[in-house]
Amino acid sequence: MIRILLAGQGGQGVLSAGKMLAESGLWEGKEVSYLPAYGPEMRGGTANCSVIISDEEIASPLCNNPDVLIAMNGPSFHKFAPRVRSGGIVIVNGSLSDCYAGRDDISVYDIAANDIAMQAGDIRSANNVILGALCQITHIVKDKSIINCLNEKFVGKPALMEINARAFELGKAAVESGGER
Amino acid sequence: MAKILLHGTEAICEGAIRNGCRAFFGYPITPQNEVPEYMSVNMPKVGGVFVQAESEVAAINMVYGAAGAGVRAMTSSSSPGISLKQEGISYISCARIPCVIVNVMRAGPGLGGILPAQGDYFQATKGGGHGDYHLIVLAPCSAQEACDLTYLAFDLSDKYRVPAMILADGMIGQIMEPVELPPMRPLSDIPKKDWATDGGYGKDRRVLNSLIIKAEELEPHVNALQKTYDEIAANEQRCEEYMIKDAEIVITAYGTVARICKSAAKTLRKEGIKAGVIRPVTLFPFPSKAYERAAEKAEAFLTVELSLGQMVEDVRLAVNGKKPVSFYGRTGGNVMDEEEIVRAAKSALARAREGK
Repeated sequence: MIRILLAGQGGQGVLSAGKMLAESGLWEGKEVSYLPAYGPEMRGGTANCSVIISDEEIASPLCNNPDVLIAMNGPSFHKFAPRVRSGGIVIVNGSLSDCYAGRDDISVYDIAANDIAMQAGDIRSANNVILGALCQITHIVKDKSIINCLNEKFVGKPALMEINARAFELGKAAVESGGER
Repeated sequence: MAKILLHGTEAICEGAIRNGCRAFFGYPITPQNEVPEYMSVNMPKVGGVFVQAESEVAAINMVYGAAGAGVRAMTSSSSPGISLKQEGISYISCARIPCVIVNVMRAGPGLGGILPAQGDYFQATKGGGHGDYHLIVLAPCSAQEACDLTYLAFDLSDKYRVPAMILADGMIGQIMEPVELPPMRPLSDIPKKDWATDGGYGKDRRVLNSLIIKAEELEPHVNALQKTYDEIAANEQRCEEYMIKDAEIVITAYGTVARICKSAAKTLRKEGIKAGVIRPVTLFPFPSKAYERAAEKAEAFLTVELSLGQMVEDVRLAVNGKKPVSFYGRTGGNVMDEEEIVRAAKSALARAREGK
């Protein structure tokens, strides 16, 4: 079982990234749960979601001590990094945050998601940069499953599909080129 | 049928539609807006009616009318909105009209907050509105159950002519999980209602009424209602028992909270403490029999709620003083984690062993 906490600001695609992860897990025949928590604002408020992907029935849907934290901005990184379980993984959006967690029992990956997303063609694809990095680091779901989700999401919008698929690939590459701190 | 990823709210809607619900009346309130949203799209597709009413009071009275005409009807709201509906719910109960009311609970009292809570247990299970009445109350713990229990609610409500409530915490409203949907039930398969005011001119005159002015008529009516509630209590108690057989400490909770309790019970077992979980699925009727059985063997009980202690009263009545019953609760929209429950369970067991 892997518990993933995705956190950031409303509008960064945190919830849709979480949903795609859960859908990918379901496609691969796993048990999944997706529990979002967000304020009343559409943009700008805090947004986070807990995604669990497991081979067995999922009891608690909460991720208070996640195995993996995805932090899309500085406040989310500093709020949740202390809660990551020892030995866990943190992927932080280096474009909007530092990457100093103040502990050495977790692996922190610094991925400049916003910059890479702009390179891919649209800053809104930053969430898929991070998903690319996540898949590269953890192999929790297959790349193909995420790409399937993207295809479903952007059906009839080939230009957006291309940008987001590129963002996903660049996210994977960013891990290879030494994202780990 | 393959499983699909659904929101708890969507699962509620599918459970309703697939068991013949063809009328939905609602008024927006967070965290259940996805119910009317989904219904507004999907009701017309099955030839049903969707109305966004001008208020909660209007919505429940539309249910009163539609269900009185024999249609399977539903309304949905969240805590403050459910309070507004209480007058209508009491009337519907007195007139003995089956329908389903969904309450996706948020934190109260007052307008409160939009985060998950379970503070409406008393309101749901003890009547809620005025007068001597009860609802059948079902508490889902997953998106799958949100679908299955809503499906079941329509059948139970029709069978006993008692309105049914789906009492879900805010997490059920937001969680997305794989759901296997039941097949669409043809309307012809749903039993005919020989009491409905459906325009059967020339037949027996049918009246649905909640005004019974004569004392000598109202008392037998209320007594008949009570007889039905007793029958429901005898036949319809449902609960999930998890690792109960050898449990020293029985943790008990309903809805999503019960799932956190299950994780806590697993952790406790790893530490050598035999813990089990009783999760009531029906809150009315309360599954007392399960607690009576568990009280024979267990040393202590711990009730966990997103409130300051409501279901714990029913647990204490069922355990009936045989074993100590402790309580742990959070409010305001905060959800306890597994570790808090583990700690509370250990201390409940320790207190029981010290005889406090």
